[in-house]
Amino acid sequence: MSDIIRRDPRAEWIIRNRLHPLHDQYANQEEGGEVRGPSGLLRKFPHKVGFIGPNGIKRIDRLKGNSSAPKGKRSSAAQEVQLPLHKVDSPEYYIMVVADLVGGRLTGHDKDILGLAHKLIAEQGGNGAVVAVCFGEVKEEHFDTAGVDRLLHIDGEAFEGYSPEARVQALAQVEAQYPVKHWLFPDSIHGGCDLASRLAARLGERPATQAWQVNAEQTVSRGASASLDITRKTPKILMLLEECADAIDETRHEATPITLDGVSVSAPTIQDQGLMDVDPNAIPMAEAEFILSAGNGIHNWDQFHDAAKVLGATEGASRVAVDDGFMPRSRQVGATGTWVTARVYIAVGISGAIQHMQGIGQVDKVVAINTDAGCDMVKRAALSVIGDSEEILSELMKLAAEHKNTSVSDQAEEDSHAA
Amino acid sequence: MPHKVISLISVGRHPQSGRSRRADQDSRAVELGLKLAGTDLDVVHAGSSQEPVLRQYAGMGLPKVTVLEQDESADALVSIADYLKSEKADIVLTGVRAESGESSGMTPYILSEQLGWPIVARVADIVDIKEGEAQVLLALPRGQRRQVTVKLPFIASIDNAAEAARQSAFGPGLRAKMDSQKGSTVEDSVRVDWSEAPAKARPKRLKIVKAKTAADRFKAATAKPQGGSGKVMKNESAQEQAQAIFDLLIEEKVIR
Ligand SMILES: Cc1cc2nc3c(=O)[nH]c(=O)nc-3n(C[C@H](O)[C@H](O)[C@H](O)COP(=O)(O)OP(=O)(O)OC[C@H]3O[C@@H](n4cnc5c(N)ncnc54)[C@H](O)[C@@H]3O)c2cc1C
Repeated sequence: MSDIIRRDPRAEWIIRNRLHPLHDQYANQEEGGEVRGPSGLLRKFPHKVGFIGPNGIKRIDRLKGNSSAPKGKRSSAAQEVQLPLHKVDSPEYYIMVVADLVGGRLTGHDKDILGLAHKLIAEQGGNGAVVAVCFGEVKEEHFDTAGVDRLLHIDGEAFEGYSPEARVQALAQVEAQYPVKHWLFPDSIHGGCDLASRLAARLGERPATQAWQVNAEQTVSRGASASLDITRKTPKILMLLEECADAIDETRHEATPITLDGVSVSAPTIQDQGLMDVDPNAIPMAEAEFILSAGNGIHNWDQFHDAAKVLGATEGASRVAVDDGFMPRSRQVGATGTWVTARVYIAVGISGAIQHMQGIGQVDKVVAINTDAGCDMVKRAALSVIGDSEEILSELMKLAAEHKNTSVSDQAEEDSHAA
Repeated sequence: MPHKVISLISVGRHPQSGRSRRADQDSRAVELGLKLAGTDLDVVHAGSSQEPVLRQYAGMGLPKVTVLEQDESADALVSIADYLKSEKADIVLTGVRAESGESSGMTPYILSEQLGWPIVARVADIVDIKEGEAQVLLALPRGQRRQVTVKLPFIASIDNAAEAARQSAFGPGLRAKMDSQKGSTVEDSVRVDWSEAPAKARPKRLKIVKAKTAADRFKAATAKPQGGSGKVMKNESAQEQAQAIFDLLIEEKVIR
C-alpha cells in the first residue's frame, strides 16, 4: 500500500446524500455490514468497529457513516519500493570493476563506474556480468542496488593496508581464471590509478587514463594535463574520471559472491610502516578528514584547543566564534568560510544556521554536542548528545588519553612478543 | 657510498597559457634528487637537445643534462629503459603524470615491469637511505602520509606534495652541458590511430528527480534536509555520552 489517498468521489457523494437510493448499502459497507442474530437481534462485532488511526490508536466513528471523510484508506507506514531484480545466469564474460572502497564503502565514483559497466554490457550485448572486486575490509551493505552482479572479495592479511604488489598479483590471477572483457578502475588518488597502472604494466595492455566518455567502440580520454581529448578504440583497461556515467538506480542486482582459487602472493618488496602522525592543523581544512568545530556554545577555549589536540582533529569554527575573535577567519566553516569534506564532523555548541549547514553538506557523519535538543544541528547529526559542552569534552579527552595509553602499551607488548 | 640517483624530466605545459615550461612534478623530482645526491644527480630527457625547457631544469644547479636524442614520435620508454640498465641506477625519480602528450602516467610502471624493480607511487619525500633500503613517505588523500620501506633499486613517482622546486637561474642554465646520446627510433605505433582534439568542457551533471507522481515531485522540490534519523542521547550521563561519541570515532577510524 502506498501513502497516496485513493478517493472514490461517487461513493463519498452517496454516503453524504442520505436520500440516495444506495445510501444504506454504501454506509453499511463502510461499517462492515449489518448482521442479525438468529433471534433477529442486531449483532455488533466489537473488533470490527472503528479503524486504526495514523498514530496507531483505534478510532470509532460515531457519525454513523454520515461523514464524508474517507475512512480507513490511508496506510500509516510508507512501504519501501522493491526494485526489479536484474539476474545474470552463467555469464559469458565479466566486466571487472575494482572499487576504491574508501572506508570500506563504495564511493560515488565507484557507483558511477558500476553504472558504466552495465552500459557497456548493454551496448556489447551478450550475457555479461558486472563484478565488483574488493580488497581488505568491506563495510558496504548495498552492493545489490549499486549494480553488482557478482562480488569478488579478496580477503587476507596480505591485502590489508597498503599492499599494491599483492593486489596486482591477485588481479593477474583473476585475469587468468575468469573471462574478463574489461577492467574498470576509478582514476583516483585513493589507489585506483596506482593499481590500474600496475595491472596494465603487468598484462602489457595499453590503458586509457582519465577516460570520461566511453562506449563499446570508442573512448574519449583526457591528455596533456586535461587540455586534450584523445579518441581511440576502447581498450581492455580503463581508468575513469568521476561522473563518467550515471549510477544504477532502477534495478536491484544479485551481488552473488564468487571466489578466486588459490591466491598466492610473493613477499612484498615494499613494506608498509603505517600512517604517519601529521599535524592536523597543517592539513587544509577543506581536505581534513576529522574536524572538531566550535560555536557560540564553547566557553572554555583552552579546553577546546586541548581537546582538538588530544583527539587529533583539525579545528573548525562557526562564524560567531570567529567574529568574537576566538578563532582565526581561516577556520570558519560555512557559506562564507570553507566548505569541508570531512568524514566526521563534531559540532560543539553550534546551532546549525543554514549558512553553517551549507559548509558541511558533504560531511558523512555529523556529531552534535549541544544543550538544545531542538536545534537544527541535532536534526542533521547522526549522533547528538544533549549536555554541557565543557563537561562532555573533558570526558571525551579522558577517554582519548586512556585509549592512547592502552594502545601504546599494546604496541609495546606486541613488540616484546615479536622480539 | 653515494647512491646513483637518476631523475627523468619532460617538457611541461603551463595550465593557463599552454606554453612549455618545466613540468611541476618533474621539477619536484629534480629537487628531491638534488637533496639526495647533490650535483651527482643524473637528469635524463628523451627527446631533442635543442629543447629550451631543458635549460630551465639545468638552471636549478645542474652541471649537465643527459639527452637521449630521438624524434618526437619515437617511444621514449625503449631508450630510457636501455639507459637505466646500462647506468646501474639505485633510485629513479619521475613525475606522476606528464603534462604533455598522453599523460597516462604509465612510464614509471612500465619501466618497473621491464627492469623488475619495485615502484612507489605518489612520493612526498625520501627520508632516509640505509643498508640498501629507503624510507619513503607517500602522499595520501586528505594530507595524510604513509611511510614505507623499499629495497634499492626502485622507481619513485613524485607527487605534488613533495617539496617545491627551487627557482631556476637563467645564466647557469645556459652554461649547462647537454650530453647527447643516441636514443631509440622505435615508433609508437598504437598512437598513430588515435585522434586528438582540444578538450571539450565536460557537461555538469544535473540533479534529476525521477518522480512518478506529482506528489513525489513536489516533495523533492520542497524537501528539507533529512532530519530525525540520528540517535539523540538526552538523559544519559556525560560519561556515557562521551563514550558513545568515542565509539563512533573509533568505528570510523579517525582515532587510531
Ligand atoms: C550573510 C551571512 C553569512 C554567514 N555565513 C556563515 C558562515 O559561513 N559560517 C557560519 O558558521 N555562520 C555564518 N553566518 C552566521 C549564521 O547565520 C549563524 O549566526 C551562526 O552560524 C551561528 O553560530 P553558532 O551556531 O556558533 O551560534 P548560536 O546560534 O548562538 O548557537 C550556539 C549553540 O550553542 C549551544 N550552547 C550554548 N551553550 C552551550 C553549552 N554550554 N554546551 C553546549 N552547547 C551550548 C546553544 O544551544 C546553541 O545551539 C552567516 C550569516 C550571514 C547573515
